[in-house]
Amino acid sequence: MSNIPQELKYASSHEWVRSEGNGVYTVGITEHAQDLLGDMVFVELPDVGDTVAQGDDVAVAESVKAASDIYAPISGDIVAVNEALNDSPETVNSAPYADGWLFQIKASDEAEVAALLDAAGYAASIAE
Amino acid sequence: MAQQTVLIGKHIEAGAKVVDFHGWDMPLHYGSQIEEHHAVRTDAGMFDVSHMTIVDLTGERTREFLRYLVANDVAKLTVPGKALYTGMLNAAGGVIDDLIVYFMTETFFRLVVNSATRENDLAWINAQAKAFDITVTERPEFAMIAVQGPNAKAKVATLLNEEQKAAVAGMKPFFGVQTGNLFIATTGYTGEDGYEISLPNEAAPDFWQKLLDAGVKPAGLGARDTLRLEAGMNLYGQDMDETVSPLAANMGWTIAWEPSDRNFIGRSALEAQRAAGSYKLVGLVMEQKGVLRHGQKVIVAGGEGEITSGTFSPTLGYSIAMARVPASVGDSAEVDIRGKLVPVKVVKPSFVRMGKKVI
Repeated sequence: MSNIPQELKYASSHEWVRSEGNGVYTVGITEHAQDLLGDMVFVELPDVGDTVAQGDDVAVAESVKAASDIYAPISGDIVAVNEALNDSPETVNSAPYADGWLFQIKASDEAEVAALLDAAGYAASIAE
Repeated sequence: MAQQTVLIGKHIEAGAKVVDFHGWDMPLHYGSQIEEHHAVRTDAGMFDVSHMTIVDLTGERTREFLRYLVANDVAKLTVPGKALYTGMLNAAGGVIDDLIVYFMTETFFRLVVNSATRENDLAWINAQAKAFDITVTERPEFAMIAVQGPNAKAKVATLLNEEQKAAVAGMKPFFGVQTGNLFIATTGYTGEDGYEISLPNEAAPDFWQKLLDAGVKPAGLGARDTLRLEAGMNLYGQDMDETVSPLAANMGWTIAWEPSDRNFIGRSALEAQRAAGSYKLVGLVMEQKGVLRHGQKVIVAGGEGEITSGTFSPTLGYSIAMARVPASVGDSAEVDIRGKLVPVKVVKPSFVRMGKKVI
């Protein structure tokens, strides 16, 4: 069974969200998602300063298998992106919850964060 | 219920991600498709290709039959063991399958055909064979393991007895030899040195294990696809099928036009297509970020075409593809990638051979 850390929040579109304090949230894709996609070869990240709405496609994960959109799990401004993925996209496969993070959002609506799935909810969504 | 090769237990033991491949449970990868790709380019990897179909043809008129059945000319096969790559065409000149013919003896030729086209191929071959009094025998009792890479032959050698080593010593590319319970051929689908080895099903798991112990890395269908695409080798069903002429699939070199009085199935249709010459299969190279994929539209001088196979090339570090485009194509093109037109280079459809970039 796939690793789904208890302390994170999840979107049903397979992104995870971690609070860094001050309304800033780090976003990545789940272990389950990277496993479905296979070896990552490119990750196209948003620009720092972009304003995004929940559900916007903001990044693209290109794996050996397919190009997949990555959606903003919450609305806000992009305040950081993981530049290291330009040289080592495979980090998304090897450490999806750590060094393989994608971008950080400064949330504009904390209620959206509260409404995300918890670990059990996400586990149930991928078990279907 | 999917069919399984006798090596399924070995795949599961090695942690393979198993997927359905035309009705067979086959390993997609054993963890990382890209690492498996590099293992084949730099060392030695092995593929379970037991799902492929071996068909033996026997009878006094076997050579005559094959000169009619396939577009390449088995008259070229003069030395026992020699192999030939060819298309098997329908009357309209479409490719029913691509296959390898081995010349065993004057009354015995062996074919290795694709598994996805097995039923169609057997029905076609059987129907054509009647007039030539040929016996068509499928050989499901054989497993097949492809061992490929610069160190493949040396690693296989550690498993062979003296007689087998002598049998393969100095064997040129595209030959096969039966030695002991192994049929060892210098063929492959990766652009690397190596063997494709057929052996009795019951002996295959032990042989696979010994290859593992000799340091040969298992590789799945994912790596097989990126390797063959780098090598510019066609995949049936993707780069060509029954509706596609070999002339539009970079298979012109497999058509033996001479002697001009040899009548083979599809010949007259091909001659008309050759005169018209409308489409061809080319290679595409995109050095910027992104991946070319099957089905994407290609805009070239004089019209539009389509990517038949596209991938990220692990050896080159950027994306490559094969595309069928109007023959008027120049040395550049544009590909519609998710609504954006991206410039690409047009090259001969061969990208990497023997571990080296060839574009």
